[in-house]
Amino acid sequence: MEPTNVKDPEYFHKVVDCQYACPAHTPVPEYIRLIAQEKYAEAYMVNWESNVFPGILGRTCDRPCEPACRRGRLEDEEPVAICRLKRVAADNKGDIEHLLPKKQEKMNGKKVALIGAGPSSLTVARDLAVLGYEIHLFDEQEKGGGMMRSQIPSFRLPAEVLDGEVSQILNIGVHTHFNTYVKSLKEVIDQKYDAIFVGTGAPKGRNLELPGRLEGAANIHIGIEWLASVAFEHTTKIGEKVIVLGGGNTAMDCCRTSRRLGGKDVKVIVRSPFAEMKASPWEKEDAIHEDIPIIDNHVPKSFVTQNGKLIGMNFEKVHAVYDANGKRSLEPTGEAEVFFEADDVLIAVGQENSFPWIERDLGIEFDKWEMPVVNQTTFQSAVPNIFFGGDASLGPKNVITAVAQGHQAAISIDLFCNGKAVTERPAPFTNLYSTKMGIHEWAYDSEVSNDDRYVVPQADKAVVLKDRKKEVELGFNLPTGFKEAQRCLNCDVQTVFTESKCIECDACMDICPTNCITFTTNGEEEDLRSRLFVPAENHSQALMVSDILPTGKVMVKDEDVCLHCGLCAERCPTSAWDMQQFLYNTSKAGSCH
Amino acid sequence: MTYIKSKFAHPNLPKNKLGYTRKEYEGSLTTLCAGCGHDSIGAAIVEACWEMSIEPHKVAKLSGIGCSSKTPAYFLNNSHGFNSVHGRMPSVATGANLANKDLIYLGVSGDGDSASIGMGQFVHVIRRNLNMTYIVMNNGCYGLTKGQDSATADAGSKSKAGSVNMFEGIDLCGLAIELGATFVAQSFSGDKHQLVPLIQAAISHPGFALINVLSPCVTFNNNVGSTKSYDYVREHVEATGTLDYVPPMTEITTTYTDDETKMVEMHDGSWLRLHKLSQTWNPDDKISAINALQHSHVKNEILTGLLYMNNESKELHSLLNTTDVPLNKLNESVLCPGVEILEKINSEFR
Ligand SMILES: Cc1cc2nc3c(=O)[nH]c(=O)nc-3n(C[C@H](O)[C@H](O)[C@H](O)COP(=O)(O)OP(=O)(O)OC[C@H]3O[C@@H](n4cnc5c(N)ncnc54)[C@H](O)[C@@H]3O)c2cc1C
Ligand SMILES: Cc1ncc(C[n+]2csc(CCOP(=O)(O)OP(=O)(O)O)c2C)c(N)n1
Ligand code: SF4
Ligand code: SF4
Ligand code: SF4
Ligand SMILES: [Mg+2]
Repeated sequence: MEPTNVKDPEYFHKVVDCQYACPAHTPVPEYIRLIAQEKYAEAYMVNWESNVFPGILGRTCDRPCEPACRRGRLEDEEPVAICRLKRVAADNKGDIEHLLPKKQEKMNGKKVALIGAGPSSLTVARDLAVLGYEIHLFDEQEKGGGMMRSQIPSFRLPAEVLDGEVSQILNIGVHTHFNTYVKSLKEVIDQKYDAIFVGTGAPKGRNLELPGRLEGAANIHIGIEWLASVAFEHTTKIGEKVIVLGGGNTAMDCCRTSRRLGGKDVKVIVRSPFAEMKASPWEKEDAIHEDIPIIDNHVPKSFVTQNGKLIGMNFEKVHAVYDANGKRSLEPTGEAEVFFEADDVLIAVGQENSFPWIERDLGIEFDKWEMPVVNQTTFQSAVPNIFFGGDASLGPKNVITAVAQGHQAAISIDLFCNGKAVTERPAPFTNLYSTKMGIHEWAYDSEVSNDDRYVVPQADKAVVLKDRKKEVELGFNLPTGFKEAQRCLNCDVQTVFTESKCIECDACMDICPTNCITFTTNGEEEDLRSRLFVPAENHSQALMVSDILPTGKVMVKDEDVCLHCGLCAERCPTSAWDMQQFLYNTSKAGSCH
Repeated sequence: MTYIKSKFAHPNLPKNKLGYTRKEYEGSLTTLCAGCGHDSIGAAIVEACWEMSIEPHKVAKLSGIGCSSKTPAYFLNNSHGFNSVHGRMPSVATGANLANKDLIYLGVSGDGDSASIGMGQFVHVIRRNLNMTYIVMNNGCYGLTKGQDSATADAGSKSKAGSVNMFEGIDLCGLAIELGATFVAQSFSGDKHQLVPLIQAAISHPGFALINVLSPCVTFNNNVGSTKSYDYVREHVEATGTLDYVPPMTEITTTYTDDETKMVEMHDGSWLRLHKLSQTWNPDDKISAINALQHSHVKNEILTGLLYMNNESKELHSLLNTTDVPLNKLNESVLCPGVEILEKINSEFR
């Protein structure tokens, strides 16, 4: 193999598995260390810079970082509780008023309209307001937050937390136009904004047209509409027997909300096998904990009514069959249909985009699914000054993706307003510096904690089921938060190898607890992978290969399960290995000028 | 400050026939200087024992005093161990071996420990052909006491402080062959590829097996002008040939027709595949081995690999014709058969 180019920031970026997997590339180990050092405000700000909503995300994030976490690849280990540590920073940040940006005194003369006040628009608002843009934010709701307000239930995300983090942005001097439904994009265009951002989400819940749908209509609800109606207190109760259809996170929120509005016998009924449900494992656990059975492999067939009133539903039993390519199909088992009683049914089988308010003659292209055609890097539409982001751009995802897209759209808008090509993206900011402080002394806790993942405590079930707004999770207390933080392996402290210093004594290879290092003759990647001390079978993880050393061998390090414990550097007599802290910050709007 | 080896291992660490990974053969975290050759030898011992699927409790590690003699703490933590007095490892090994011949005896010593204070013990244990593997971690100095020249330092070799050694160095391998050792090899800590099979062959060999391993002392003897530094050894190493260890029960399918390669069956059923690099050397011919060593001295080369092996070796127990059951397993009635038997024996001498 060619020697690895570690000067390319993407190499070490990829080693920090969590940060790499995070759509916004939040510098996770950086804030986790700050938590361990009791610097909660600093830890919060690292997050705030990057993901804008640390308190919200510390409770609700889909956490794509956790399945990626290196710790999860160790034997019998679970990932670091990255998400809930973010909450520790948010809960303990204290007064951070002085750290937040204020309303700009000098504006740059450019006006930007943001349609929809969900996380994507709010991110654009923040990134551009601090640069002196005049921001106009439109939403039909009476407050900002989008689906974080209308959909995510208060028992997972208390209103104070949401309000707090939304106002941090609005206070930078954003002009809000709430209670304003934008019914024509053309009208907005006519207002002569320099740029327009569409962050209107995927607001339409999918329906299920089955026999009996019309007769039972009064007790059949579309999940997301029903959740919004609960959030805005139009709906305050539900029948005792509730069926929730669907296996995603919306279904989980629907069933748990039902339990709080009077539902006693609430069940989730889903087509797919339990293990393949879309909902996150922790959401399923929480639902089951609240006495909600999840009945899988049942396909809804009809709504059953009596005297014009819904009394239940019929289901067909299926089982999953997989073809040679692993593609799944659900085949009927042939058993008789089963009937489940219900006073109310909530349909949570998916969300769709819908843009009835965008005229189709403005130059914005729509594809055959009626989705706007948007560049996936710049988020620009076919009309150069109109950008899309969040669920409105590529379909329903989650808050952190909306934030990440918001950042990218803000960069594009800033480039566009400065007359620059939106395709010339500013480079990330990176830094690499030694953590060596002396013999056996490193600037980070290199000792690897043996603790198992800590469980976040929850409030008493009897109490939370009585009050829809009572937060279920209590968050880590500080001592537990510290211990959980210590489980992080500091993957951003990189093993940097200088071949000119190496005397090939093998000390690093001999000491490495996880046998990551091998000195061997060079070869093609596949061949090299098979010849390492422990063959490198995880192809998603890179090999770091040195140039040819004096004996003709190369040093090969498999990044897969490196513990970043620093023992290679400890044992190297010549400091050919050094532990260097790597900082990677994605570029922001404004970094181009 | 942290200097702790994590308990975490690679999740795909391979297992040997006993179901153990290399972890089960490792020791405590080393306290030797970073980069010390001795640690590499320790790692080679771990590798050799793991690969041979040796049950760790069947091994006894014995050593004297020195950095080298400390290393048994850093490998085979599940084995027996005795860290004896400076230069006295051979007598402790002899005692242990006589009492229990069922264990594998692994002696670890230094050039100071063996060639200076322990020279008397070293030569006698060879003469007696005690069944053990004797590894000298040879760095040409007394590492533990801050790097004084040892008796294996070559004449003309320069110390870190700049003084030149005026005395001839002792060639432990030549001496061992001279004294009748039946397995003699030389290697380099920086060449595990060569060292691991040598250790395995030495363990399989019945009788005294010496491996003199050049093992640079990074702290006191790795300077320019030293003949035991990493650079010097790498530049001057010449191998007699290559050796592969083939474990017992392996089916041997290849036959070699060339003169250079041959398969040698060991007493425990394992095989050695020997491949010669030199025409004039024969591993079972003492004279050719001594010749090869002398030639390499003249050429300033360091000859490594297997030097000499006598497969007909008769180790101490068979020479003494001891009981098949190890002495320590005999009970009192067998060991002290009573007055009558004693009388009988005594009468034979009258
Ligand atoms: C039940 C449910 C639970 C969820 N839970 C989570 C979770 O726990 N974690 C997570 O990460 N994600 C979760 N999500 C997904 C997440 O809420 C969305 O992905 C995210 O909010 C999308 O952000 P956005 O900026 O694209 O727009 P949205 O948050 O969808 O906001 C769009 C806003 O635009 C407004 N709007 C739309 N059209 C117009 C118009 N014409 N004029 C004016 N205003 C308009 C809407 O009122 C809304 O306020 C959940 C979604 C649902 C449905
Ligand atoms: C009886 C006795 N004499 C002297 C010493 C001091 N001493 C300790 S180690 C050592 C030399 C060790 O040299 P070597 O065996 O080559 O080991 P190295 O440290 O080089 O590996 C000496 C002389 C001692 N410990 N005991
Ligand atoms: S161990 Fe820490 S730095 Fe490494 S991936 Fe997990 S959270 Fe990120
Ligand atoms: S410990 Fe240092 S000098 Fe020794 S092999 Fe490793 S990198 Fe090279
Ligand atoms: S002093 Fe020399 S022999 Fe002793 S541990 Fe250090 S490098 Fe090794
Ligand atoms: Mg020595």
